[in-house]
Amino acid sequence: MKQLSTKVTSNGHGQDSSYFLGWEEYEKNPYDEIKNPNGMIQMGLAENQLCFDLIESWLAKNPDAASLKRNGQSIFRELALFQDYHGMPEFKKAMAEFMEEIRGNRVTFDPKKIVLAAGSTSANETLMFCLAEPGDAFLLPTPYYPGFDRDLKWRTGAEIVPIHCSSSNGFQITESALQQAYQQAQKLDLKVKGVLVTNPSNPLGTALTRRELNLLVDFISSKNIHLISDEIYSGTMFGFEQFISVMDVLKDKKLENTEVSKRVHVVYSLSKDLGLPGFRVGAIYSNDEMIVSAATKMSSFGLVSSQTQYLLSALLSDKKFTSTYLEENQKRLKSRQKRLVSGLESAGITSLRSNAGLFCWVDMRHLLDTNTFEAELDLWKKIVYNVKLNISPGSSCHCTEPGWFRVCFANMSEDTLDLALKRLKNFVESTDCGRMISRSSHERLKSLRKKTVSNWVFRVSWTDRVPDER
Amino acid sequence: MVALAAENQDRNLLSKMAAGDGHGENSNYFDGWKAYEENPFHPIDRPDGVIQMGLAENQLCGDLMRKWVLEHPEASICTAEGVNQFSDIAIFQDYHGLPEFRQAVAKFMEKTRNNRVKFDPDRIVMSGGATGAHETVAFCLANAGDGFLVPTPYYPGFDRDLRWRTGVNLVPVTCLSSNGFKITVEALEAAYENARESNIPVKGLLITNPSNPLGTTLDRECLKSLVNFTIDKGIHLIADEIYAATTFGQSEFISVAEVIEEIPDCNRDLIHIVYSLSKDMGLPGLRVGIIYSYNNRVVNIARKMSSFGLVSSQTQHLIAKMLSDEDFVDEFIRESKLRLAARHAELTTGLDGLGIGWLKAKAGLFLWMDLRSLLKTATFDSETELWRVIVHKVKLNVSPGGSFHCHEPGWFRVCFANMDHKTMETALERIRVFTSQLEESLNRTKPVAPTTMMAKKKKKCWQSSLRLSFNDTRRFEDGFFSPHSPVPPSPLVRAQT
Repeated sequence: MKQLSTKVTSNGHGQDSSYFLGWEEYEKNPYDEIKNPNGMIQMGLAENQLCFDLIESWLAKNPDAASLKRNGQSIFRELALFQDYHGMPEFKKAMAEFMEEIRGNRVTFDPKKIVLAAGSTSANETLMFCLAEPGDAFLLPTPYYPGFDRDLKWRTGAEIVPIHCSSSNGFQITESALQQAYQQAQKLDLKVKGVLVTNPSNPLGTALTRRELNLLVDFISSKNIHLISDEIYSGTMFGFEQFISVMDVLKDKKLENTEVSKRVHVVYSLSKDLGLPGFRVGAIYSNDEMIVSAATKMSSFGLVSSQTQYLLSALLSDKKFTSTYLEENQKRLKSRQKRLVSGLESAGITSLRSNAGLFCWVDMRHLLDTNTFEAELDLWKKIVYNVKLNISPGSSCHCTEPGWFRVCFANMSEDTLDLALKRLKNFVESTDCGRMISRSSHERLKSLRKKTVSNWVFRVSWTDRVPDER
Repeated sequence: MVALAAENQDRNLLSKMAAGDGHGENSNYFDGWKAYEENPFHPIDRPDGVIQMGLAENQLCGDLMRKWVLEHPEASICTAEGVNQFSDIAIFQDYHGLPEFRQAVAKFMEKTRNNRVKFDPDRIVMSGGATGAHETVAFCLANAGDGFLVPTPYYPGFDRDLRWRTGVNLVPVTCLSSNGFKITVEALEAAYENARESNIPVKGLLITNPSNPLGTTLDRECLKSLVNFTIDKGIHLIADEIYAATTFGQSEFISVAEVIEEIPDCNRDLIHIVYSLSKDMGLPGLRVGIIYSYNNRVVNIARKMSSFGLVSSQTQHLIAKMLSDEDFVDEFIRESKLRLAARHAELTTGLDGLGIGWLKAKAGLFLWMDLRSLLKTATFDSETELWRVIVHKVKLNVSPGGSFHCHEPGWFRVCFANMDHKTMETALERIRVFTSQLEESLNRTKPVAPTTMMAKKKKKCWQSSLRLSFNDTRRFEDGFFSPHSPVPPSPLVRAQT
């Protein structure tokens, strides 16, 4: 239809992807313990629903913040009128300090360099508008969050060129993969403007190693391009390693206040760490004044509601709350992840060893009829329609190897998780493949554990480990 | 030199969009905002400060709003009464929006159009304020290089909202004071032709009704002719109706939604409404923008785009509860109109007494003041000169017509709903003093009605002070007033009660 833009008539919104189709199927038949016990269990939604009780109890103890008052007086009128795109100063200060706390207070964030956005969806798009012309490219390691196809490309006209990562080394980013991606972009006549990584990774559930971060910083430095580090899962790190931010690496390499540091930008959000996706709180952090200035003006298209800013500035300014929350959040995530992993193992299914995130990257290659994406899709359809679990197929995350699936664990109760695992185990055992596997699963798992340990040693370099080494 | 080279290199690392001026904020007109921010009026602390009359906000019924919020703790998901809904709302990010929110907004839109037309909640799409709504509509209806016709004078923010990131052009439809700035078919045709000659494919016509900055509403016949024009040309009609509930007195607001019911075979796929709660309810901080389209495809895609600017679920919940309270809504709308009418009358009576003209209008949060007779020459340079005097000497931040792309110099938009009665009196007194001294210096005699003096002002020699030294005399093509102040943030608590 000529009367509508090409953005409408194309499918740049990316919603024809299986990632979103699974959601649609879930919406038609959602599981409910009482009302619809045979319904579909949603395991495709990376939400953190484990710690609402902590926030609710904070609200009960803080009636002023809860009812939009200050010193007992309603400030609703002032909030109703507050639309300054610089954001509430106390909110940005609280965000900066929260981000510092998540990084063990090893690095500092200047509130003036924070630009608020309507969720990280908006933050990522805004950064693209600021850094890329239509037709320019950003390199992204695969597998990556399917929403990036929409957020980074749809209205901006930017392109994504994948950095291929493989299971042979736990999907880590290598120098050769980076170089290859860069060259591929050039072959396609696309100007590379930067690299975008998600750290901790969605969908892998792993934090980038120091080696990878160093590699990335060196790479963008030598190519004179940008690095965007989407760190929205930084507060979900539950492994015994600490989360290493790209900001840590800049500091350790003594690159703070240099030209390189002006090309490194962090995207953050409260949707995952605090489990508040409905509130639409995202942020861009940049050392480049011009970017902060341009992005601030662009934030007019998606400011954070003033009542939300007020509530969250009070919440995040309570340091007792934030430290308790972060610790408890990590504990609960760890325990839930363990439950998923051991449940999968009892069905003969392994997953990439994860130390962060709200999901696991699950290896179902052995369940494929053939080592193809068609077979992956077939398997996925069976799991969605027959087993009634909505999980996300690796192809929707642009994984180069068929057979991997992202399975979320933090958006449901323990009972629901157990039921989901039971259904999956039944499914696996009911297939011929499954019967063979469950017989040899014990042997297989033993050898897989050996491999997993060596992957583990490979992934974790000793310097990543810990606080006492600093 | 080194700094410049470094800055140039810096600019190369950014997109043209980020490094350029498309945001429209590098305008001298920000002097007005800066002057206000540096020295804001306060009746006790800063009686000589600048009075903000450039901000189209509805602050007259904040007390009603506040009272409702205090009496309805269940509307918050954070209070003891509402916290049982906290987790459900906190995780709710479905871009369809809360059904109760959409239903309540649809009902509110009906009430503000006197219940003469129905709105379907399923056609309501959220956006980041009307700012976000306009940009999204532009992304949906036009490609980069296409154009929208926009009658002048128009809200300066459109230059950013419709053009900056979309690459769409705005083609002015010139409206003149000789017929009260009404939009004529001749003007529309001329603009359409103009676009054609400039190789700009016209995709739509954007109207603001009630008008910002004029404060006028379109009558039924005019609206029909606009709809017919767009259908005829096969282009879209976007009606920004964010001031729908700000009509007062005998003035009636007729929505495009009503008019299309009266046009047989109207192609409704071309009709879209932009709405918001920022003006009618005085809630700009909550960022509630709405796209209402009669085109299913546009609804579908705009909804996907709304991911970039959803309304906070906390706010959706509050608004759903508030707007479902029909008694409150009816009382609010009624009271708001009365207070707007009273404040408007106060300003216009004061201006009438001073012989200052204004465009007859009965809507909006501002009026369109005629200061053509005070210009030295009928030029925009003179208008800018006069404006600087008003900002820096009279200490009123008003908005010059040039920033609204007005075709004729000498008109100024003056906001009245963002201040209390005392501040209004002070502003009028300052205008009285200024005009009387100006007339003295220009040797004219005009009747000046006596007004109550709130504060004595030193008599200055306005003639010499009219000659301000400033270097920039160009007319502003991209003048832009943003409600999102570009200057350092003002304190959260505003000194208005």
